[in-house]
Amino acid sequence: MKSVRKIAFVLGFSLPLFAAEKPGSTEQAPNVQTIVNKANIVAYYQGEDGKANVKMTITSKQGQKREREFNILRKDVTNGGDQNYFVYFQKPPDVRKMAYMVHKHADPAKDDDRWLYLPALSLVKRIAAGDKRTSFVGSDFLYEDVSGRSLEEDTHELIETTDQMFVVKNVPKQPDTVEFNYYNVSIDRKTYVPMKMEFYDKDDKLYRVIESKKVEKIQDFYTVVQSVVSNLKTGGKTEMEFGDVKYNIGLDDSMFTERYLQRPPREAMRWFASGLQ
Amino acid sequence: MVRFRITIALAIIWFATWTAMPLVAAASDENAGAEESFFSKLPIETHGFYEVRGGYRLQEDKYEKDMSIMEGRFQFDLFSYFDWGDVKVKGDLLGDMVTEEGDFDLREANIFTRPTDFMDVKVGRQILTWGTGDLIFINDLFPKDWQSFFIGRDTEYLKAPSDAAKVSLFGDWANLDIAYTPRFDPDRYISGQRISYWNSNLDRIAGQDAIVHTDKPDEWFRDSEIAARLYKNIDNYELAFYGYRGYWKSPSGQNVAMTRAIFPDLNVYGASLRGSVGKGIGNAEIGYYESADDTSGRNPLINNSEMRYLIGYTREIAKDFTMGLQYYIEQMLDYGPYKRNLPSGPARDMDRHLTTLRLTRLLMNQNLRISLFTYYSPTDKDVYMRPNVNYKVSDNMAVEVGSNIFFGDYPNTFFGQFRDNTNIYASLRYSF
Repeated sequence: MKSVRKIAFVLGFSLPLFAAEKPGSTEQAPNVQTIVNKANIVAYYQGEDGKANVKMTITSKQGQKREREFNILRKDVTNGGDQNYFVYFQKPPDVRKMAYMVHKHADPAKDDDRWLYLPALSLVKRIAAGDKRTSFVGSDFLYEDVSGRSLEEDTHELIETTDQMFVVKNVPKQPDTVEFNYYNVSIDRKTYVPMKMEFYDKDDKLYRVIESKKVEKIQDFYTVVQSVVSNLKTGGKTEMEFGDVKYNIGLDDSMFTERYLQRPPREAMRWFASGLQ
Repeated sequence: MVRFRITIALAIIWFATWTAMPLVAAASDENAGAEESFFSKLPIETHGFYEVRGGYRLQEDKYEKDMSIMEGRFQFDLFSYFDWGDVKVKGDLLGDMVTEEGDFDLREANIFTRPTDFMDVKVGRQILTWGTGDLIFINDLFPKDWQSFFIGRDTEYLKAPSDAAKVSLFGDWANLDIAYTPRFDPDRYISGQRISYWNSNLDRIAGQDAIVHTDKPDEWFRDSEIAARLYKNIDNYELAFYGYRGYWKSPSGQNVAMTRAIFPDLNVYGASLRGSVGKGIGNAEIGYYESADDTSGRNPLINNSEMRYLIGYTREIAKDFTMGLQYYIEQMLDYGPYKRNLPSGPARDMDRHLTTLRLTRLLMNQNLRISLFTYYSPTDKDVYMRPNVNYKVSDNMAVEVGSNIFFGDYPNTFFGQFRDNTNIYASLRYSF
C-alpha cells in the first residue's frame, strides 16, 4: 500500500516511442506539419494495437539504481487520436500486480480517464487527472513523455534538415503550463522515428535529453526498443527497455474495463510470463 | 505453562524475523541472478515481505497496555496459474508482543476462473471491496479490521478477508457482481482487547476489564450474507446500484439480558456515481440501512435504521500533491422511538456529520510520501488524524512512521471514545 500510493499519483501511461512505420521514399523535405504528424503516428500509434514488456532502470546522480518492470497492452481507438492502455506492474515487489488503465483523449481540452487497481485492498480507484509533466513512477520520464504530448499544444518549425534527420523546434503555445522554453526533436528522415529530444529551460539552457538508443524492425514497424532520458540538472537518468514487442495482436475495444484491470486476459498473462524469463 | 511456551514461540518468530531480514536482503543482492532463474522455473510465483512494527500510546490508558503495537510479521504470497484458472494463497505469520501470542492470519486462499466470456468466478478466502468512499464505507459491507486500522498497521489490514464465492457477470447492458458468504464474516471490531472504548452499560470508558462478548450468527448457510452490485460505465461516469442482506458488521445491539453484544439483521440498498468533475474526480454514494430486527426503531437494544450519504472530491492541487475532501452523513430514521426508549446514559445525535480531508505529497522522486488523513465530525465534536511518512530506502526496503491521533469533547462519540488510544508507530519492511 505504501509505494502503491506513490505510484497512484503518477497517473497513466501509454506507449513510449512505440514503433516506426515503413521507410518512406521522400525526395524533398515535406512540410513541418506532415513531419510531426508522421513522427507522432510512428512514436505512439503503430499498428492497431500492441504489447510490450518494459524494464525501467532509474539511476540517481549518486549511482543508486531502482528498477521497474511492467507489461503494457495498448489499443488505438482512432489512429492518431484516442487510445486505451493497461499497465500491469511486476516489479518492485511492493507494487506487483498493481495496474493502471488509461483512456487517453487526444483532445487537449479533455483530461485522460485513469484508474488504478490496488490488489492488496482489491480496490479500483479513480485517479484525478494531474499535471502531465510529473514524473512517471518516480523515473526521469514524465507522464507526457510516455503518453505523448498533443501536437496542438506547440507550434512546430523545421529548423534543420541533415542527411539523416529533420530537426523540428517545438514552442509551447501556453509557456506557463510547462517547465521548458522549447524543445527540439531530431526525426529520422527514413523511418520517422524521433531519435532525440532536447529540452531547453527558460534561460535557453539544455537541461533534459531523451534519446532512442536502439531501434529494431518488428513486424515491418520500426520500434524503439531502448531509450534513455538524462536530466542534466539533477544528474539522474532513466533507461527504458522494451522486450517481446508485438503488434496487431487482436485486442478488443471492450477489453479496457475494470474487469481486465483487476486481472489481465489469460493470453496476456502468458505473454507477460514468457517475457519475464 | 502455556503462556510460557507462547512467549518462547513468539521470541523465536521475533528473533527469526529480525535476523532473517538482513540475510535475505544480502542474499538477494548478491545472488539476484541465480535466485531469479531458480524461481522462474517454478510454476509458483513466490513473493511477500518481512516487517517489524512497534508503537506506543502517547498517554496513559487505565485499561490498556502502553505498548499499542509490537510485532514481527512474515507475509508469503503464492500465485500460480493454469489453463483452467488461477490459485492464490497469501498468509501472515505474526509474532505479537502485545497479546503475547504467535498467530497465523490466512489473508487469501482462492481459485479464480473465467468459465465463459461473460463470467468470472472467485471462490475461497478473498478480500472484497466496492463503493466510492475513501476510508468511509456505505455499500461496502465486507469485513473491516478496525483494530488494525487504529493501532497503526498498514492500511491493507483495514480489509479483513471474506470466505465467499463471488460471481461476476459482464453484459453489454450492465455488469453484475454477486458475493455470497455462506457464514457471516463480521468486522474485526473494537473489543476492548487492545483499544479502550465507550461502554454504554458501564457508562464509562472500558478496555481489558470489559472485553466485548458477542453472540455471533455463525451457522453455515443459515447465517449467510449476500451482497450484489449492478454497475455500468456511461461515458466514463460509473453508476452502480447495491444490495446487501446480512447483519450489522460490528456489534450493533445487545441481547435482552444485556450480557452479550449482538449483530442484528441488516439489509442495505444503495447507489453510487463516480466520474470526472472539472480537474478532479467527484463521487457520491447513498445507502439505506434497514435494521431488520427493529424496523420500528422502538427497541433500544438494537440499532436504528439509517440513511447514509457521502459526497467527495479529489484533485491534484500541485505537482505530486493531492487533496481529497469528503462529506458524510449518518441519519437515524426512527430517532423519536429511540430517544423515548433509551434506558439511560447520553443519547446520540440524530444526525452524525463527518468530514474528511486527505493530503498526500510525494517528494524525492516519489520515494518519500507524506500524507495526512483527517476525520472531523462537527456534530460529535471529535477528530481522528492519521499522519504518515513513508520512505522507500530501496526497491525492497521501506521505513514508515505514523500516528493515530484521537480527540473529542465527549467520551462516548465515535472517535472521542478512543482518545486514550492516541499512539505513534514506526515500521521497517523488506519486500521480495
